[in-house]
Amino acid sequence: MATAEKYVGGGVPRKEDPKLLTGQGQFLEGLSLPGMVHAALVRSPHGSARIRSVDVSAAAAADGVVAAFSGADLADEWAAGLPMAWPVTDDIRIPDHWPVAQDVARYVGDAVAVVVAESRTAALDAAELVEVDYEELDAVVDVEAAVADGAPRVHESFDDNKSYTWALTNGDVDAAFAKADVVVKERYTQPRLIPNAMEPRAVVAQPVPAAGDYTVWSTTQIPHIAKVLFALTLGIPEGQIRVIAPPDVGGGFGSKLNVYAEEALCIALARRLGRPVKWVASRSEGYLATIHGRDQVQEIEIAATSDGDILGYRVNILAAMGAYLQLVAPGVPLLGAFLYCGCYGGEAYHFECTGVFTNTTPTDAYRGAGRPEATYAIERAVDALAREVGADPAEIRRRNFLPAGDMVQSPGGLAFDSTNYEAPLDRALEMLDYDGFRSEQAERRENGGRKQIGVGFSSYVEICGLAPSQVLASLKYAAGGWDAATVRMLPTGKAEVVTGSSPHGQGHVTSWSQIAADMLGIPYEDVTVLHGDTHVAPHGMNTYGSRSLAVAGVAVHNACDRVVDKARTLAAHLLEVAPEDLDYEAGTFSVKGVPDRAKSMPELAFAAWTAHSLPEDSEPGLEASCVYDPPNFTFPFGTHIAVVEVDTDTGAVDLVRYIAVDDCGPVINPVIVDGQVHGGVAQGIAAALYEEATYAEDGTLETSSMVNYLVPSAAEFPSFETDRTVTPSTSNPMGVKGIGEAGTIGSAPAVINAVVDALGHLGVTDVAMPATPERVWRAIRAAQAQGGEA
Amino acid sequence: MRISVTVNGVRHEADVEPRTLLVHFLRENLDLTGTNVGCDTSSCGACTVLMGGQSVKSCTVLAVQADGAEVATVEGLAGNGEWHPIQKAFHEEHGLQCGFCTPGMMMAAVGYLDENPSPDEEEVRLALEGNLCRCTGYHNIVKAVLAAAEDMRA
Repeated sequence: MATAEKYVGGGVPRKEDPKLLTGQGQFLEGLSLPGMVHAALVRSPHGSARIRSVDVSAAAAADGVVAAFSGADLADEWAAGLPMAWPVTDDIRIPDHWPVAQDVARYVGDAVAVVVAESRTAALDAAELVEVDYEELDAVVDVEAAVADGAPRVHESFDDNKSYTWALTNGDVDAAFAKADVVVKERYTQPRLIPNAMEPRAVVAQPVPAAGDYTVWSTTQIPHIAKVLFALTLGIPEGQIRVIAPPDVGGGFGSKLNVYAEEALCIALARRLGRPVKWVASRSEGYLATIHGRDQVQEIEIAATSDGDILGYRVNILAAMGAYLQLVAPGVPLLGAFLYCGCYGGEAYHFECTGVFTNTTPTDAYRGAGRPEATYAIERAVDALAREVGADPAEIRRRNFLPAGDMVQSPGGLAFDSTNYEAPLDRALEMLDYDGFRSEQAERRENGGRKQIGVGFSSYVEICGLAPSQVLASLKYAAGGWDAATVRMLPTGKAEVVTGSSPHGQGHVTSWSQIAADMLGIPYEDVTVLHGDTHVAPHGMNTYGSRSLAVAGVAVHNACDRVVDKARTLAAHLLEVAPEDLDYEAGTFSVKGVPDRAKSMPELAFAAWTAHSLPEDSEPGLEASCVYDPPNFTFPFGTHIAVVEVDTDTGAVDLVRYIAVDDCGPVINPVIVDGQVHGGVAQGIAAALYEEATYAEDGTLETSSMVNYLVPSAAEFPSFETDRTVTPSTSNPMGVKGIGEAGTIGSAPAVINAVVDALGHLGVTDVAMPATPERVWRAIRAAQAQGGEA
Repeated sequence: MRISVTVNGVRHEADVEPRTLLVHFLRENLDLTGTNVGCDTSSCGACTVLMGGQSVKSCTVLAVQADGAEVATVEGLAGNGEWHPIQKAFHEEHGLQCGFCTPGMMMAAVGYLDENPSPDEEEVRLALEGNLCRCTGYHNIVKAVLAAAEDMRA
C-alpha cells in the first residue's frame, strides 16, 4: 500500500548487506562453468626488452594444459589494439597496445605469453615452463628522466617520450604576474599509488561457438562501455556480446574503469578454444597488471598582492602515462586542469600538462583522478602564500574564496553550479576550536618539547557528475556523459528500476530504491534495482568520477516522474475526471475535493497490465525510461582540517583529529554519504602518510606486493569527525552533486599542511608525500642545517 | 592426503594435495565461497576464519594442518534463523560497502571479542590490524565491533 514515509534523506540500512554479511556475496571468483578452463599469463620481468623468441612447447605439453600461445600466435585475434578513449590533442601519440606483447615488452608485467589449462594451478605451473629469450633494453621509470635529452625511448617509433602537451589559458597571465607584489613558486610530486580494491580483478568469457555469441563476466565498473570496446577490439558484432559485471564487485576506485588485456585475452581464448575461459589475478599480479594512479611532478606559481589577494596562476605538470595509454589516462590530468585555482578567484590562469611514457605499469583514473593532484597543489601553494604574506591560512582562504552564488565563473574557465565556500570553512573551524588549538600549539612550542602539533586546512572544490556530452566532446572524450534508467511498475504493485550505473560498493540498490519508493509512493522493500548486465540494462555509461547519483540517479528520478505522469492519465480515465482534477500524494491519485475517490499506484499498475480499460492513445503497462544528459557538471566543495602531532626526534606523524565538512547538496542516504567520506578520506590520508609505489631504475616494481606497499589498517587512523552543509546544485532537478571522491580530494593536502604547520617554527616549509618518519626527520634536519631554530 | 575437518559443525572428509591451502579447500572442495582471497602475502585478512576458536588467515594454513580441527566461517555465523551480533552490528552501523573484506573482518572481530569482550576503540583498531578494508576507512567497522561487543555483553 501507499505510504507517506519519506525514505530520501533517511539512513535506511542497505539492501546490499544481507548476502554480503552471510557469505552469499556473488563475487566473480566464485563463478564456475561447465567445461571451463583457466588462463595464466607469462609476464616480462624486464623494464624494457625485445622479445627474440617465445617457446611455449614445454608448457603446452605439461599435464592438464589445453593450449599455450605467444603474442605472435595471437596477433590475428585483434581487430584493434586495446582501446584508449581520450585522445586529448589532435597530435597525441598513441602507441599500439596489444593484449599480449609481440615484439617489445615495455614494463615489468607486460604479458608475453598465456597458458590455458584444466585447473588454475596447472596453468600457473605450466606458465613457468614457457621459455622467453629477451634482449634487455635500457628502461626509464622516472617522469622527469623520461623527458630529458637522450632518455631511453619507451616506444622506438616516437622521437621522444612525450605523448601529448595540453594547455589552457584564461586572461592575461603575464600581466597578472607583472603587477604582483609576491609570487610563490612551488614544486610538488604526486607519488605513484596502487588503487588496491580489495577484490582482485577477474574475468570469465563463455562462448556459444555455433551462435558466435559471447557472455563476458568481468570485475568491471563499466560493463556497457566495455561491451562496445570488446566488440571493436575483438571484431565481434556488438549484439553478440553480453557483458555482466557480477552482482557484487569488490571495490574499484577507478582500477576497474578500464578495458584490460586479460578481458580481451579471455574472449579471444574462448573464441579459439570454444570453451569458457577464466582468469583471476593474484594481488601481486594485480600490482603489475592493474592501473596505477597519480605519478606527476607539478610546478605551480601564484601571483598575489602583498595583502594576499590572488591575481593569477601558472601551472605546469608532467604526468606519467606508463608504458601505454590505458582507457582514459591522457584525460586524467585534464580532470584537474580546471581546478588548480581551487575555490579561489583571480584574473588569469595558465595550465599546461605533458603526458609522458615511462617503462612502468600504465596509470589511469584512481579515486579523484586529476582532482586530488590539483587540490593538493593549490592547497599547499595557498599555505605557502599565507606564509609569504604573513596571513593566517584559514583567513587567506576566506579572503580569496569565489563569492557565494549560482553559476559562478572560476578563473580556471568553468562556471561552478553553486558556491558557498565560507559555510563549510566556518563549520570546520567551529568543530576544531581553532583558537584553542593555536593556544595549545603556542604552549607546546614555548615548552620546546619533542612532540609538536600542527593544523592543516584544505578547502576544495571538485568536478563530478560527468556530464554534458557536448562539453566532453570539446575535451575530445570519446564517450557521452549521459546515463539511463527505466522504471516499471510490476502487476503486483512492486517496482523494478533498471539503471545504467554499475555499483561496486556504493549502495546504489539502496539509494535508487529510496528515490523510487518516495516518488512512486510504495514501500522501499517493494523496489528491485537491476544493474550491471547489458542484456538486462541495455543502456548505461556506468560508474566512475562520482557521477552515479548526479546522472544515473537523476535518470531514475526523471523516469519515476514519467511513470507518475502516465499513471495520472490512467487514474483520470478510471475515475472519469480530467488529469488536472487529481491530486497526487504518496502513491495515491485522488479527485480534488473528493479524497475517497482515489486510485493507488499498485491499483494502477494492475490496471495498466490487464489493459482492460485504458485511455485513448495509451499503451498497456506502466513503465517509463529516461536518458539524462546533464547541462553542467556538479562542483561539490568543502573544508577539511587535519591535526597532527609530530615527534621531532623520530619524524613520526600521528594523525590526532580529522574534520571533514562537505557540501554535496541534498543527500539521499546520510549513512552512505558518511561512509563514502570516511573511505575517501582514508585513501587521501594513506597517500599523504603511507603509500608510494616505487620502481628501481631497471623497471622493477619495488613495492611488488602488500608486504612492501603499505595499505594502512584500522590502527593507522583516528575516528573521523564529519558534518555537512547543503547547497543544492543547479545542474539537476534533485540538486545532488556526488560524494564518492571528495574525501580523497580534500584530505591529502590537509594532512601535509598540518605536518608543515607543526614544524613551521623549525623552518620547515615542505615535506613530500608520503610523509614517512624518515622524510619528516630529514626535513627537520635540513631546516635546522639552514639555520632554523633547533 | 586424506583429511577430516569439521566446518561450521559439519564434518567433511576429503583427499587433498599437500599444497592445498585451507582457503582453497573451503572454497573449492566445500563450495563455501563466502571466505574471500584478497592477497597472496597473508597481508589483507579477507580469508580470516576461526580454527579451534582462534582467528587464522586461511591462506596461510594448509588444509592438511586443519586435519582434525574445528573451523568456523562466515557461513556459520548466523544460527537458528538469527544473525550473530557482529552481523547485525555491521548492518546497522554501515560497517561494509563492497563487502569483500567483510567475512574476514567479522571473523577476526568474533575471534577477538572472545578474547576481550570489553575492548575500547584503540584496542579494536589494534586487534583488526591484520585485516584491510579499502572502502570504509574503518570508521564504521570499529563502531560496529564496539556495538557488537556491547550487544554480546548484554
